[in-house]
Amino acid sequence: MWAYEKKLMYPVKVSTCNPTLAKYLMEQYGGADGELAAALRYLNQRYTIPDKVIGLLTDIGTEEFAHLEMIATMIYKLTKDATPQQLRDAGLAEHYVSHDSALFYNNAAGVPFTATYIQAKGDPIADLYEDIAAEEKARATYQWIIDQSDDPDLNDGLRFLREREIIHSQRFREAVQMITDDQNQQKIF
Amino acid sequence: MALMKSLPKEYYQQLEEIQAVDFVVYELVLYLDTHPNDSQAIQQYNQYAQYSKQLKTQFEALFGPLQFGTAVKNKQEWEWSTQPWPWQV
Repeated sequence: MWAYEKKLMYPVKVSTCNPTLAKYLMEQYGGADGELAAALRYLNQRYTIPDKVIGLLTDIGTEEFAHLEMIATMIYKLTKDATPQQLRDAGLAEHYVSHDSALFYNNAAGVPFTATYIQAKGDPIADLYEDIAAEEKARATYQWIIDQSDDPDLNDGLRFLREREIIHSQRFREAVQMITDDQNQQKIF
Repeated sequence: MALMKSLPKEYYQQLEEIQAVDFVVYELVLYLDTHPNDSQAIQQYNQYAQYSKQLKTQFEALFGPLQFGTAVKNKQEWEWSTQPWPWQV
């Protein structure tokens, strides 16, 4: 089970109402390399991964939900005071007519989330390489969003999330090493 | 809609301290997941986990519950659902 803690993993501040930035952030909310995809990918793979790596997938998968909550908070704070006109100017009229100011699992282009964004191959090396690639893609996406953003408060939170992708990628690389070491050892005798 | 109550600056100071300490805890957890025999890291983990618990108890006495399922101090008001949520502060 999971138990909720009533706090964000890292403080989220935004400088001004800015629905355009909120639209870009949807890429990390309901996009292919976003936080929802990451959480669902790792927490699903852990049932069939070798025992040594279950803890890592559980803990990183759980952290992804904390990241998802940070992204949701950013989108919420950037749009909560926006008028319908401001949303339209930001290219969010299509979102508004369907969802009002509610959040939804779309990417930045408005495409809804799909389970086809994630994989579970049952082969530990294939799964972990997918996880490493996912972290690197998410890191790159955070960088592209930071490059588009002129909000220093928002960028502080985004830089934290970008750095977490690097840590996760490195931990997954160590997991690959643990599994290949095991596989090599089994061949010796 | 959000309540956006105005909160004292101590709320933010104490919360940020908890976030910083929990970050150390999380980093040690992930490290230990791939280095399970590093006894020095386990010792550090215990130290910071205990410190985190201590800070949370202090915070909860002033601002209401942070962790699900822990005993609450205020018996007149169910602060879990009446105090603001993380995206409202």
